[in-house]
This record gives sequence, structure tokens and C-alpha cells, in this order.
Amino acid sequence: MSPLFLNTLEVILNGLMTGVMYSLVALGFVLIYKASGIFNYAQGVMALFAALTLVGFQKGQIPFSHLINAIFGTNIHHWGDGMNTFLAIILTMGVMVLFAWLLEKIVLKHMVNQAPIILFMTTIGLAYFMEGFGDLMWGADIKTLDVGLPSGGSFWLEDFTIGWAAEGTEYYGMYVDVLDVWAAGIAVLLVIALTLFSQYTKTGRALRAVADDHQAALTVGISLRSIWIIVWSLAGFVALVAGIMWGSKSGVQFSLSLIALKALPVLILGGFTSIPGAIIGGLIIGVGEKLFEFSIGAMIGGATENWFAYVLALAFLMFRPQGLFGEKIIERV
Amino acid sequence: MFYRESGDFKTSYAKDQQSFPIKLDRYWVWIVLAFAFFVVPFLINDYWEKSVLIPFLVWSMAALGLNILTGYCGQVSLGTGGFLAVGAYACYKLMVAFPGMNMFIVVILAGLITALVGIAFGLPSLRIKGFYLAVATLASQFFLIWLFNKVPWFYNYSASGMITAPTREVFGIAVTGPSADSWATYLFCLILVTVFAFVARNLTRGRIGRSWMAIRDMDIAAEIIGVPPLQAKLSAFAVSSFYIGMSGALMFGLYLGSAEPGEAFGIDKSFLVLFMIIIGGLGSILGSFLGAAFLILVPVLMKNIMVGAFGWPADLAAHLEFVFIGALIMFFLIVEPHGLAQMWRMTKEKLRLWPFPH
Repeated sequence: MSPLFLNTLEVILNGLMTGVMYSLVALGFVLIYKASGIFNYAQGVMALFAALTLVGFQKGQIPFSHLINAIFGTNIHHWGDGMNTFLAIILTMGVMVLFAWLLEKIVLKHMVNQAPIILFMTTIGLAYFMEGFGDLMWGADIKTLDVGLPSGGSFWLEDFTIGWAAEGTEYYGMYVDVLDVWAAGIAVLLVIALTLFSQYTKTGRALRAVADDHQAALTVGISLRSIWIIVWSLAGFVALVAGIMWGSKSGVQFSLSLIALKALPVLILGGFTSIPGAIIGGLIIGVGEKLFEFSIGAMIGGATENWFAYVLALAFLMFRPQGLFGEKIIERV
Repeated sequence: MFYRESGDFKTSYAKDQQSFPIKLDRYWVWIVLAFAFFVVPFLINDYWEKSVLIPFLVWSMAALGLNILTGYCGQVSLGTGGFLAVGAYACYKLMVAFPGMNMFIVVILAGLITALVGIAFGLPSLRIKGFYLAVATLASQFFLIWLFNKVPWFYNYSASGMITAPTREVFGIAVTGPSADSWATYLFCLILVTVFAFVARNLTRGRIGRSWMAIRDMDIAAEIIGVPPLQAKLSAFAVSSFYIGMSGALMFGLYLGSAEPGEAFGIDKSFLVLFMIIIGGLGSILGSFLGAAFLILVPVLMKNIMVGAFGWPADLAAHLEFVFIGALIMFFLIVEPHGLAQMWRMTKEKLRLWPFPH
């Protein structure tokens, strides 16, 4: 096999892994959209917030220490050596549930029956709020997150593939980050768990009922408000998983919230209402942008990953406005 | 007691259809305009110009543009930052290519160029709508910024990749560049914004504006009663981009002086303009100004209080500003989804009945 072919293969493989990471964020969007019709722009910021909180707990930071220091002139920052990762994850999940509860109580309660676009804008406001709040709580410096997942290149794969190229060509084997492989595995588990949850548990059925028809769900005695809390907690959980993965990969920092924007074309490709769609959309975008950068990107100046996903989604929409797996859009006057 | 129509008799069709049919409204507008044109230029200093008045005017222009597209025609766009960049770069290229050209013409030409780009990126709106369109407009945002970063022709092959505004004049008075006087830049902005605010007001009251609103309220129904969606949507994109392009030109030439696309016209600017029209009021000319004033003045005020009066570190103040603005947007959408303009309308209604509320 020629090195070019193998390089292309490597690019595709890495694209798939990146795609899985996009899907992780997109999943959170789909969950909330299906259950409440809200297009949650804040999903990326939720991931950032979850990751920040996790790091804060792990390292034993005092929340709002910056603010307290500024007001009272004290100089506090840590309350100890921090805690064990597992405990920190549990506590972070608790914070996300608390957040979902507060959000429902303070904001969403008032937004029933508003136009979808108003709800969308509310979540943009929420994103701004959480971004500032997270930074206020834990400080805006770039943090490293280590939850014990292995990272770095896989030597096994490198050794395994090094002999594939034809004799006499320069080829050093494929490079795949182990962390990405772990992320892919976790994403698969997450999707299976979510599918099982929504198919075989009572709450899951209630969720699907609400997604189907709000009013009908209310008439059979499903509490819309508790369902919303559950959905937002679930989205918080997905955000936590995405935050852990992205945080371990590239550090916990502001740019983490921008992956939400990358998840948007993924959603468009897959359709807003489909969980498998989110996965496949993510894979298409991941592979597409890596391949484009590899083949054409270098010729036109590079860094095409910034916009390729959106243009691909745009081109795609021209032919199928509801996405790959979305429900057909029927409009009536 | 105030804002009553009674006693204000219209004796001609022209009077009946004027922009501000209520006398008190009309007086207000004239007073504000007279103050802005004849008093402010004598009082203005560098601080007020650079951090309050020019940003306010420039962002008002951008908000007007987006309000035409989103508020009047119902097409949500997240590509404002990209169009601002088109305006800025068009302005730069024109300024460099035609040094003697009147700056008014430069800005308007920059707007026209942006309008063409806007039409191109508005084409998908014929097929897709709502959220899908919002995401599609992100393509324009990211693609345009990338383009201006990567193609050296746009920044005249300068080593830093930045564009810097040279000194250009209007009738012999410098309005751009470091040597321009505060009052000159201010008046230049004010004239453009005033003229085009009136244009926008009358556009939205006329046939085109009505076709936009018909499309916004229900596009299929509008199509059935004979509003051509192609013309309505594309004209909304064109006019909106024209305004945003002019705003970008002013932002680059008069406000920032030099710009780097990723920094000056990033995605956060798109959201800022969107927030302005949400807080100000979707589908309202006045709302564009109120929203811009609010989102420009409140951060300046907060910064002055927190950093200036309390002596807090600047990064903390920036975070609190985020929290505050985010909370404010949610608050507005809960309490008054139609923004400050609607509040003003309700106040007017109350004033009209005052002191007898029934």
C-alpha cells in the first residue's frame, strides 16, 4: 500500500474520532430539543461549566474566591488538597442537577408557550450568564483536567501499521490518540445507555411522551416541569461527559464553549430530533473536515476546519432541509 | 394627557402619513436631533467620543441592519460579524485605492458591496428557515473571517495582517485617522446614522417593509396572497447587509482605526448585535437605538463603577458583566419579549391616559 493511501486512512480514522467528540456535544442538544422543543445553545457552555466545576472540586478551589478576595480584601484560594476524582465527578453531577432545578424554577417556568426563537435566544442569554458565572466561580485561567484517562499516541497501532507501506517508502505508522479512542468508547456507551433509558424505563417513556405531544402528556398525568428538570439534568450529564473528554484533550478554557458552535452543523446534518443522527452527523463532519483540510486545505491556506463544517451543512441543507434523519417538515397555513 | 391625537388635525394625506403622526413625538425627535447636531459637537471630548458616542452610533447602525433582517423579515442571522468585516475591508480597499474620494461615498459604496455579499449568503434562506438558517448563516461568519485572514490582497500584503485606516477627508475636514477631530468623526457618523435611520423607517412603513413583515409572520401564507418570497427575502438580506456593511466601514474607519478580522469581527460581535435587537425590540427602529445604547452604555457604566469606584480587578469586572448581561437578556425575554421599544410604547399609552387611567 502506498503511504498516501495510508495517510488518507489515518486522516479518516482521526476524523472519525473527532466526529465522535462533536457527537458528544450534539447529543445534549438533541436530548433537550426532543423533550422540550428548546434549542439549547448553552450546551457547550454547560460542558465548560461542568469541566470547570470538576477541576475546581478536584483541586480543592474555593468557589468565588476571586470575588470574595476583591470585596473583603482577603486572600483565599484553596481549602485543602482537593478530593478524589470519583467523588468530584459525583459532586459535579450534583451541581448540574441543582443547576437544572434552578433553571426550571427561575427561567423556564415562565417560558412555556413562547415562540421557539424566543426560547433559543433565552439559551443564548443563559450561555453568556453561565460563561461569566463559571469564570467568576473558578477563575478564567486555563486549567488542565486529568481524570485518569490515558492519553498520547498509541504505540501499538504505530507498530502494527508500520509494516503496511510498500518496501522502500518512508512511513512511520499511524498516529491515533488513545484518549480519542476512549472518548469514542464512552460515547458509544452513552448512546446505548440513553437509548435503553428512553426505551425501557418509566421516566424514559414519559420523556418520549412529552416530546411527542405536550398537552397529551399533561392529560395523562405527566408533570411537565419535573420532566424538564430531568431532561436538563440529563443534558448536564452529557455536558459533563463532553466536558471531561474535551477538557482532558485540550485543557479547560473558554474555547471549550465554542465546540457548541461546531455541534450545530452536526445537528443540521443529522436532524435535530434523532440521536443516531447526531452520531452519524458528527462522524460525517469529523471525517469531512479532516479530509478537506488534508486534501485541499493546504492549497488554499489551511485552517479550513474553521468553516468547512458550516459550508458542508449549508450545502447539505439545500438538498435535504430536515437533515438526514430528521422528521419531515410539514408546513400548514 | 400626553401623546394625545385629539386636537391634532390632519388636513392633507401627506400629513396623515408622516413618520411621526403624534405631535409630541415629532417634537421629541426634533429636540433630540437638534441637541445631537448643535449642542453635542461643542461639548464632546475624546473620551466621550471614543468610548460612548461613536460606539453607540456605529452599533446602532448595525442593529438597524440586523433588525431589518431579523425583526422585520424574521430571518435569524448569526453572520453579522462576517458582514461587518466585509464592510470594513471594502472600506479599507476603497480608501486605499481612491485617496481623494469623499468619505461619505466610500462608506456607502462599502455598504453596497456588503449588500451584494449579503444577497449571495441570503440565497439559502429561500430553501431553509428558522434554526437551520441561523446555523447556515454561521457559515458566512466563519468563512468570511477566514477569507480575510488568508487572502493577503484584502489587507494589502501588510506584514501584521491588520488593516489601518489612513487619514481621509470630507470637504477638507479629516474624519478618519489619528489626526481627525472628535467633533468631525462624531458629526460624520451622526449624519449617516440619522439619514439612514429615516430611510429605514420609511422603508419599513412602505410596500417593501410590508412584504418583509408578511414573510415574517407566515411565509407560506404570504406567498399565497402574492408576496414574492424571493424578492422579499433577498431584498431584506440586501438592505440589512447594506446597513451592516456601512456600520462595519464606520467601525473600522472611525471607531477602531485598525482591525484584525478574528478579533474585531468575531462571532461574539454577531451575538452582541443580536442581543441589541432583542433587548431593544425586534421589529422596531427605535428599539435598535435603545438596544445599542443599553448594551454599549451599561458595560461602560459597570466598568466605571466596579473598576473605577470599587477598585476591583478588570477581569473580575468583565466576568460580572457577562453574568449581568446574560441575566438581563433572560430577564427581558421573560418579562418583555418585545424589548425596550414595547416598554416605551406602553409608557406612551399610559401617559396618554394619565391622570385618568380609564
